[in-house]
Order: sequence, then structure tokens, then C-alpha cells
Amino acid sequence: MFSVIRKRLVASNALLLSAVLVSATPSFAAELRVEPGEGANERLIEALILAEPGDTVTIAAGHYDLTDGLSLDVDNVTVRGEGADRTVLSFKGQTGAGEGLLVTSDKVILRDFAVEDTKGDGIKSKGSDEITFRDLRVEWTNGPHEQNGAYGVYPVSSKNVLIDSVLVRGASDAGIYVGQSKDIIVRNSTAEYNVAGIEIENSFRADVYGNTATHNTGGILIFDLPNLPVQGGHDIRVFDNDVMDNDTPNFAPEGNIVGIVPKGMGIMVMANRNVHVFGNRLSGNGTTHVLIAAYPNDYEDDNYMFVPRGVYVHDNEHGDGGFAPDGEVGKIITDVVGEPVPDIVWDGVTRIPEYFSWVSAENRIYISEPEGTSFANLKMISQMLLPWGWWPDTDIADYAGSLPEPEPVKLPQDGGA
Amino acid sequence: MEIFPPSFGLLRAALLTLMAIFVSSLSSAFPANAVSDEAIVAKRPPKLLSAFGFFADMALQVPANGVMPFAINTPLFSDKALKYRFVYLPDGEAAEFVADEAFEFPVGTALIKSFAFPADFRSPDENVQLIETRVLLRSEDGWNAWAYLWNDAQTDAELKIAGAKLTVETLTEGGAPLEIAYSVPNKNQCKGCHALNGEVVPIGPKARNLNGDFAYADGVRNQLEHWIAKGVLDGAPEPADIDAVPHAFDADAPLDARARAWLDVNCAHCHRREGPASNSGLFLTRGEKEPVALGIFKRPVAAGRGAGDREFDIKPGDPEGSILLYRVDSTEPGVMMPELGRSLPDPQAVELLRAWIAGMDG
Repeated sequence: MFSVIRKRLVASNALLLSAVLVSATPSFAAELRVEPGEGANERLIEALILAEPGDTVTIAAGHYDLTDGLSLDVDNVTVRGEGADRTVLSFKGQTGAGEGLLVTSDKVILRDFAVEDTKGDGIKSKGSDEITFRDLRVEWTNGPHEQNGAYGVYPVSSKNVLIDSVLVRGASDAGIYVGQSKDIIVRNSTAEYNVAGIEIENSFRADVYGNTATHNTGGILIFDLPNLPVQGGHDIRVFDNDVMDNDTPNFAPEGNIVGIVPKGMGIMVMANRNVHVFGNRLSGNGTTHVLIAAYPNDYEDDNYMFVPRGVYVHDNEHGDGGFAPDGEVGKIITDVVGEPVPDIVWDGVTRIPEYFSWVSAENRIYISEPEGTSFANLKMISQMLLPWGWWPDTDIADYAGSLPEPEPVKLPQDGGA
Repeated sequence: MEIFPPSFGLLRAALLTLMAIFVSSLSSAFPANAVSDEAIVAKRPPKLLSAFGFFADMALQVPANGVMPFAINTPLFSDKALKYRFVYLPDGEAAEFVADEAFEFPVGTALIKSFAFPADFRSPDENVQLIETRVLLRSEDGWNAWAYLWNDAQTDAELKIAGAKLTVETLTEGGAPLEIAYSVPNKNQCKGCHALNGEVVPIGPKARNLNGDFAYADGVRNQLEHWIAKGVLDGAPEPADIDAVPHAFDADAPLDARARAWLDVNCAHCHRREGPASNSGLFLTRGEKEPVALGIFKRPVAAGRGAGDREFDIKPGDPEGSILLYRVDSTEPGVMMPELGRSLPDPQAVELLRAWIAGMDG
């Protein structure tokens, strides 16, 4: 009787999942296979909803034009494509959802597919325990642009995070971003043409190694920010990474913290506690290879520690760098030390009581680099307090010493405990 | 400013009463209590909405015996959809009063919400077509959320696990044609809002949002009083002692309370410490007292281009410099907030929030 609204079903889930259910033995793990073609978006959504613990959802090779974000909320499911260049989920025409794929369950493995051109973030996990991102590609195909989504591979509020052999390009914030998470490995991955290549933020216990971060604005960032449910990031090891030629102008939308990162930043440690940066190969980073800095903005948060505590930088290889300092940070540094900028720069910010007394041994900055590595402590507190009587400290020997290294991160899904 | 009808519930109830009279005169074929308790707690949801037996007349949304209509003071904006809400509790059971969250409902409870559009918003009670009915079912293991899509003939609605997209064509209050790209949520999207610490929960039936009048078939009455009198709500204090949110667009209510009511209902299901957007650090529940958590001079964390080149979520005195307003005003995926459940702008809400932020001391 009321048929006045002209209603058009744009899409429906009339295609039954049973058609794609290639089952193994009953009551055992099943494989749900999704092929490209008509209704693929709905079939994918449905497969991810109807998967049972133990199942594998296989996304067959092909190009998928998707309009709606995907999500998985079932524990112990593997979602796999047939290769990061063969199974391509394109979200160019996305009309809904904040990300391409959202995982909110535990013991999930995502592997061998690509997510392209999402309107928001690429692949996100929220609140997952044992989440694995392996052999994935997340890319904004038009290259760096401020309209690109913020994060490529984006576990947040998660535990036991493994990111292995992923490739992320074009994120307008961080290609690989781990936020407010615990026990993290990021390895053998490549991040390029993002604002930040790899960013570990407000997280506990992370190993970042064997990665390549190149042609980003900044290569690897270890940040801690105020006013968040998880803060006080600590116990981070960044080692054996290639961090070179990070030379893309910062294209982050204004307002985001990553907007402070100057073009040509290698590795940046902001706030955090017990961060170890060693055995990395740094070259071609025009602002500086390593920057250790305090959180620069005003904030209201009694529980926040705005200065880095206990940073140990050692045995890195420093190639050509500091030849093109960029932006406000670049200017702050060159105003003090001129050009080229040293390989390693510390802003020298301490808390005021400590400035007038001392910083305890476990909270100091230690540098132990190969002969010839250049360094500057900008002594920014002195700059502020003693405008006529201060000078930067460029004697790297003053910072000799070491800190005990955190134990390697072990993850249950990676043969660890 | 345009003002909503004084009580949408009143209008609805008048309509329901009329329909009830109409139906009872037509038929006595419906059993006294047609609700299927089994269907509510079953492991798999039925394919058709009719299998629940929630309605004496499905098309007219006349509830079956034991199914109680209700309204909330400030509703979520869902692309202007009209919503009909019902609750069913198993015979003899009651919900337990909870001060700040949804009530604790017993196993076997069903919360039912139908979404409909009139052919013309100038006469919103005429030619109303049902689009979908969402159900929240309380089983032993917790709540399950499902959406049913109505057929064109309005005889029944079919389960859509993967959701659906459809185009609704209607006319605005001003008589202009309006095409709405309407989304029926998939199961996971339901949880995108209905999640507390990762578990599915109801959002609407909180004391503060139910504490208002509803026009029942036998007269207007405070809903909480009615629930208590009916024996379906235990442990409640006097309704006068219970918090109440105003209707967000009731111009007589204080601006701050209206804005906070709107944020509470439209945002705080995610933006709360236990919600899906906990990682943002932006918490918009009605009880939130910490200014930074509420967004005041709070910098964005993971907003990306959603920040819209603005520095703070709320910059007091400067609505146009506030990310919150920018995102509520947007309809662009990746920018707009809420992320789900709307494709249209909500100019009334934007005006409300603009006035609220403008009135804050800068």
C-alpha cells in the first residue's frame, strides 16, 4: 500500500555464500573462497562475517572495485589473497567506512593481497590480540597527496602485532603505524613516499628491524603523545634498517603531529623511554639522520612525560646527510649549528628541575657511534634561560655510555612465548 | 530555528492507537502473545522478520502483545529516517536499572528498531515506507545485532547479514526532491557502534534518554514510570531523581545540555573510553568532565585529512577552527563523522554545535 518511495536495490547479498564455500571435512576449518566479479563486495563482506574460527577466507587473484569497507570480527581467521600484486582490492570508489579493512578480533592473519586508494586508512586492527600483517601492499596509487588516507598498515590498541614484509606507499600520515599497542615486531618491510615511513607511537616493547624506509618525509618515528588512553611508550629497538633518501616534502594535512616532521628526517625519537637505535644504515637524509626531541606543543596532561628518557644510539652507519635542512625544525637546528646539519641532533630539552640538578643515569641520552659521526646538543633550555651565555655541545664524547638493551620481542604467532 | 514537534512519541502513539483500533477491528486472528521466545535466543537468526512475531501488523508496525513501543529524548541522526522503537522482554522478566549505561536486560530480550521514510517530509505521517528493521537480541552469550530489509510490498523483511545499499527518494520539508544513498548496516557495522569493550551492547535505552513522556494508548506518561509500573524495570529510583537529556533541538533547553545530548547520542557510543574510538582520546559521553578529553584544545591523533587543516578538536569561540564541527559538517568518506549511518548532512546539528562552540570562552 505504501510504495511511494522509489527504492532501488543497488546491491544485495542474494548471491549465497554456499556457492563459494569450498569446505574441507565438516566441523573442520573451511576455506571460503571469493572470486572477483559481480557482487564481489557483498560476497567479501559476507565471507568475512560468516567465517568461523579456524577458517581461511581466500580472495582469488583479480582486481576488485569495492565501494564499501570490509571488516572482520571473528577470531582465528586467515584472510589471504593470491599475491600482493595479484589480489588487488581497490577502494577508489569507496563511499562508506573509515578504512579499507578493519579487524576487531584476535588471532588473525592477513596476507598476500593489496589494498589501494582507500578514503581513510588502509588496513586497521583495533583491539586485536595476535594480529599478523604479512606480504601485503597498501598503496595510494596517485603518489603522495594530502587527500590520501592517513595510515597504511594500522594496528591500534592491539597486542602481539607482527608486521612482516609489507609494502606501503603514499600514506598522508604514516605508512606503517603502530599506535597504543604492546609487543610489536615490524620487520622486512618497505615504506616509501609516505609522510612517515614507519611510526611507533604510544606503544610498549617494539622491535623494528630489517626494514627499508626511503623517499618518505621522515623514515622511522618513535613518538609519544599526551592525552591518550595509552601513553608512556617504552622499550623500543630500532636496528638494522635502511633509512635513506627520505626526500618527499611533507604532505600531511595541517593539524596532524606528523606535520612537524621536516623533509629529510631519518629516525626521530620524540618523548618515549628506553629507545635503542643501532646498526642502521642512514644516508641521503637532508635534514638529519637521527633527531632526539621533546614534544614541542603545549599540553595539559599530568601523566605525560614530554622528554625522551634513556635513548641509546650506537653503531649506526652514517652516509651523506644534513645537506638540505627543511622546515621549521631544520631552521631551529641550523640557526644553532649551521650547515650541514650533524648526523645526530638532540634538542637538549630536559625538565627544569633536572636542568638545575642532574638527570639520572637511566634517563640520559647516550651516543656511541663510529669515528667521524657528527653530533649536536642544541641545549634548548639554555637557549631559553641564558640567551647570552650558552652554546651548543658538539662533543660526541660527552655522551659516551650505554643502556641495557631490552629483551627481543617474542610473539606467540612467531614462535615466541 | 526549526523546532521538532513537541513530542515525536506523541504523534507516533496517536498513530499507533489508531492503527491498533483499525487492526483489532479487522482481525482477532493474532494470538495473544505471538512473540517467539525461541527465535530470539536461537543460535542462528531467522531469515524473515515475521518469524519473531514482534508485530500484530507488520506493515503498520503495530506491536504484538508484550512488545512495548518507546522513544528516546534525543535520537541518532540516520539520514532523516523515521524510527519506531520497541522492546520485548520475556514474560515476567524485568530489566535491571543502570544509572549511566543501557539497562541490564534479561536473556530473551529483543530491542527492535524500524527505519522508515515518508514519501514527503511535509507530511511525514503519510505514505510511510519501511526500509529496514534492526534487532538486538539478548542470548546467553550476549547481544546479537541483525538487520532485516523490508520488501517493496511491505509484507515482510529479510535478513541481510552483509547489509544492503538502496536509494530512497522522497521530498524534503521544503518540497525539494531528495535522493538518499541509504545503507543497511552489515553485522560488523552494527558492532561498529554497538560495542563496549569489544562486546555488542544496546545504546539507546539508557535512563537519561528514556526519561521523558510517551503517549501510550491509554494516555501520556513518563516512560520510566510506565516501565516500572509494568514491572519490566527493577531497581530504579524515582524518575524525578534520574538524569534526563533534553531533546537536542528543543530551543527552550540550555544550549550546553542540548549540545552535550547530541554528542552523547551521535558520537559517544564510539568516542568513549570503552568504545571503538577509544584510541582517539576524544570522549564525548554526557558525563565527561575533562576538557581535553571533550576535545577542548585537544590536538588530533589519527585524524589524517579529517583534521581539515585545523589544530584542535574544539577551539573555544572558534567553530570554524574546530575539527569536530568540520567532521560533523562533512559528508565525505574518511572525513565525515559519524563514519557510519549517514550520507546526508545534518544542518540542524551543525548549527547547534556551531552555536555551542562559538559560545565557549576563547
